Amino acid sequence: MNVTTLPHQRHDLASGNGTGEVIIDCKIDNLYYGKFLAVRDSHIPIEKGKITAFIGPSGCGKSTALRCLNRMNDLVRGFRFEGHVHFRGQDVYAPKIDPVMVRRYIGMVFQQPNPFAMSIFNNVAFGLRLNRYKGDMSAKVEQALRSAALWDEVKDKLRNNGLSLSGGQQQRLCIARAIATEPEVLLMDEPCSALDPIATRRIEELMHELKQKYTIAVVTHNLQQALRVADKTAFMFVDTSRGGRTGYLVEYRGTREMFNDPREEYTKQYVRGEFS
Amino acid sequence: MTHVEDSPTPGKVDLPSLERSYHDFRSVLSTLLSIGTGVATVIACIPLFSVLIMLIWRGGARLSWQLFTELPPTAFEDGGGFGNAIVGTLVMVGIAALLSVPFGILAAVCLAEFGPDSRLAAAARFCAKTLTGLPSILAGVFAYAAVVLVTGTYSAPAGGVALALLMLPTVLLTAEEAMKMVPVRMKEAAVGMGATPTQVVWRVVLPTALPGILTGVMLAVARAAGETAPLLFTALFSNYWLIHDGEVALMQPTASLAVLIFNFSGMPFENQIEMAWAAAFILVLLVFVVNITGQLFSRRQI
Repeated sequence: MNVTTLPHQRHDLASGNGTGEVIIDCKIDNLYYGKFLAVRDSHIPIEKGKITAFIGPSGCGKSTALRCLNRMNDLVRGFRFEGHVHFRGQDVYAPKIDPVMVRRYIGMVFQQPNPFAMSIFNNVAFGLRLNRYKGDMSAKVEQALRSAALWDEVKDKLRNNGLSLSGGQQQRLCIARAIATEPEVLLMDEPCSALDPIATRRIEELMHELKQKYTIAVVTHNLQQALRVADKTAFMFVDTSRGGRTGYLVEYRGTREMFNDPREEYTKQYVRGEFS
Repeated sequence: MTHVEDSPTPGKVDLPSLERSYHDFRSVLSTLLSIGTGVATVIACIPLFSVLIMLIWRGGARLSWQLFTELPPTAFEDGGGFGNAIVGTLVMVGIAALLSVPFGILAAVCLAEFGPDSRLAAAARFCAKTLTGLPSILAGVFAYAAVVLVTGTYSAPAGGVALALLMLPTVLLTAEEAMKMVPVRMKEAAVGMGATPTQVVWRVVLPTALPGILTGVMLAVARAAGETAPLLFTALFSNYWLIHDGEVALMQPTASLAVLIFNFSGMPFENQIEMAWAAAFILVLLVFVVNITGQLFSRRQI
């Protein structure tokens, strides 16, 4: 499909600032839900060991783009993808690839905290059991909970139901659950949007710590959050020119540079807070 | 009712009337309707409580250990019990549950998780809904043709098949409903962890939906335990124990509480009629226990 490139769209400049090793090379040419073109022409190479933020107004496809990376969109009926997502050189959309295995290497934390209706311990052990982990389960669970900065709060009540925790604790439990299996990449889809400012701050601090070990891609609705946590930022926008609401990448650069010196007109307006 | 004056008198503040009014049409109607709902609720409870009181009064009178340990009396005989009928009911409901629960739950998994919009699911759902309205005697006729005629004898398994037919749609539909209640975000979490569809069902959907599924099973069991018509020409009745000389003899006519009540209540003997009342009391007690267990499970739901 040949798409006319709009003047303000220069995703090919994306790699201009990046120097690190690319762990996921995500190139979305066209992404459909049924007949609806949801995202187009977005090339977002995600660098290893960094936090990449996806920002943009509602409906710009930032969550959709994120969910492409570990094939979560496969659950949506009518989902069709043109382009490629190379995870360490392998195209995760190749026919021989099992999406289940992809998700074991690329973990995910969702917008709403979604612990399972089981004990805190079993929540964290869930992924380990899926992978038939044979080692010391308790040690592994403790380690994951410590990494998620939740251990001190729950160490005496590991048998309690995960749903009995507060929202912020639930979200950290979900992070612990996701990192227990030590995935290489962690996708976070607006992880703080259901949380209060204090819980949000804890999660952001946590992201900085997790960055040492994992590559993180985070969708956020909150500009300030991108500024606080992200090394690189992808700004997406909605194109309504052809009737639908199609998201596309406007600008992808180092976060500081983008906020201080946005190149594109839309980015400028967005960074100035003229729309959100 | 506020009266806004065109030219407010100086010194006098015009306050809106916020006081309660008791003779206003709206408040009178509201009071009447509130009383009406209360009265209707009381009336709705009358049948249940009159049945219960009657059962406790007449059935409770004969309550003793004998009832559970002895065989039904013959004509002009005093005393006796219906231990064999209690065992028979439990065995037949057990067989019915063994047949209907695994099938029902597995089918519900297919309907709720693997192909909610497929033609197969739509057809199965339609069949199950139609089957819920099936007159129970037809389930008996079916089991008569399918089991009694084939095996050549009235038996507990034949009764169990008839009851299973009645339980299956309830189990299937409630289990499907319970699984649909599992939040999508929980399933997403499991998928995001790299769980296969089977693992999502076994480790997340089924455990989370378990209280709801059990409630459905309990309701189905409670209904099956009280059914008489399907047993009349599948299990028939028996005056003997299911176990003869230490051997379980399943392939023979089998007693059940419901059929015992049906048989004895029509007899002209005082002893048998009292026995029917006592059996009715025990049966209701049984159903009550099952129902309450089901409710306890459903309360544990998230």
